[in-house]
Amino acid sequence: MTDVNQPTAHPPVTDWVHDFDHTDPQWTEDPFPIWDELRAASPVVHTERFLGCYLPTTYEAVREIANDTQHFSSRRIIVRDVRPEVARNAAPPITSDPPEHKPAKQLLLPPFTPDAMKKLEPRVRAICNELIDEFIADGKVDAAARYSKYIPVRAIAHMLGIPESDSDLFINWIHMILELGIKDESKLLQAVQEMTAYFSGHIETRKNKPSDDLISYLMNARDKQGNPLEDSHVLGSLRLLLIAGIDTTWSAIGSSLWHLAKTPADRERLIAEPGLIPTAVEELLRAYSPVTMAREVVKETTVSGCPVKPGNMVLLSFPAANRDPKMFPDADKVVIDRRENRHAAFGLGIHRCVGSNLARMEMQVALEEWLKRIPDFRLDPAGTVTWSQGTVRGPRQLPFLLGKAM
Amino acid sequence: MSERLRVHVDPEKCQGHARCKALAPELFELDEYGNAHEAGDGAVPPGLEDKAWLAKANCPEIAIDVIEE
Repeated sequence: MTDVNQPTAHPPVTDWVHDFDHTDPQWTEDPFPIWDELRAASPVVHTERFLGCYLPTTYEAVREIANDTQHFSSRRIIVRDVRPEVARNAAPPITSDPPEHKPAKQLLLPPFTPDAMKKLEPRVRAICNELIDEFIADGKVDAAARYSKYIPVRAIAHMLGIPESDSDLFINWIHMILELGIKDESKLLQAVQEMTAYFSGHIETRKNKPSDDLISYLMNARDKQGNPLEDSHVLGSLRLLLIAGIDTTWSAIGSSLWHLAKTPADRERLIAEPGLIPTAVEELLRAYSPVTMAREVVKETTVSGCPVKPGNMVLLSFPAANRDPKMFPDADKVVIDRRENRHAAFGLGIHRCVGSNLARMEMQVALEEWLKRIPDFRLDPAGTVTWSQGTVRGPRQLPFLLGKAM
Repeated sequence: MSERLRVHVDPEKCQGHARCKALAPELFELDEYGNAHEAGDGAVPPGLEDKAWLAKANCPEIAIDVIEE
């Protein structure tokens, strides 16, 4: 039996094609050449690590799996060293399969439409400027720790109706769940317990005093039979919104700023043509997609001609799909005015990210406000850029020098 | 003489990425869940042909048809 309290050390990878590991430091640092090597080998590769896991390497293979909910279940969506029992109402709808998926998803969609996001946009713009005010005079900043990190967490806190000042609490839970939790189950359980206690408190308060926010919205939601959601469903969805809404967009904004810091031509073009920012955001989402999802194989099948067997997990790498040169000409280059861009950064099929409109709005506003106030910036040669490990990839340390180079 | 175009969203395929609405707001509408359908009968007014093709080329679910009439 696996001792869930002990994090497992992974041996370094020497054979990527037969023994890949998305938690290996080499993958964390620079996954792109690894994906190219794996794609050249096969549309689907396998590792014995994580109790057995496949990785589709092409856009087409990723699409096939994303659209096949019969053979690939979402009941487990993180590839880890252990496979604990599946919890009921873990985080619906992301952990739901048909037929439960659709009603759970439809419940969450209305608060996240593009029109709903337009109403939130002024608050996000203000958040960006409040953050910039705190460091602009310093001449240097860790843009991941002091800018990209706080935009999505404050925005989702605002939507949920919980204090924006609790942001560091949420960020810590997410770090425990998505990073430390891959190898250390106890960290994950502790974070989930603390989140449940936190949200239970907020639900209790609203039972007597409903408010105009997403928590009350979920509490008031009714299923098709007119029944309120079970508390565990409300808690699961709240957990999902907090987890999914934060380090994903934090990563996407961070990667975008990282690219612009080292690509003055793109930066200057976006300053001269701010109308191009939405197109550039799509390309940055393609090139630096933060989110890798997972599925569990529940029935034997084939993907792009490769046999796939139950008992294995699948690392559903939308980032690798988005680098497939068969789908995207110049896939390895950032082309900020790319016109045709069917990127899969928000997933494909029924599990399309419920917060995609929120993420897009946050990215656009974060880049617009940054470029307006800080047109000149570059990587600080005295600092080090570090990247998060695991399911969501983005810069966690992003040291910049602000202002024109001397 | 230029061809007449009509756009159509396959509601079975649309997953609400809303790329069409962002790129061609005149040609598409979103419902309360954010899923797209063509505006009116889908006829593309003259001058908006490029936007129709652009919306089709950016739909991740390949849910949009542009029909040449």
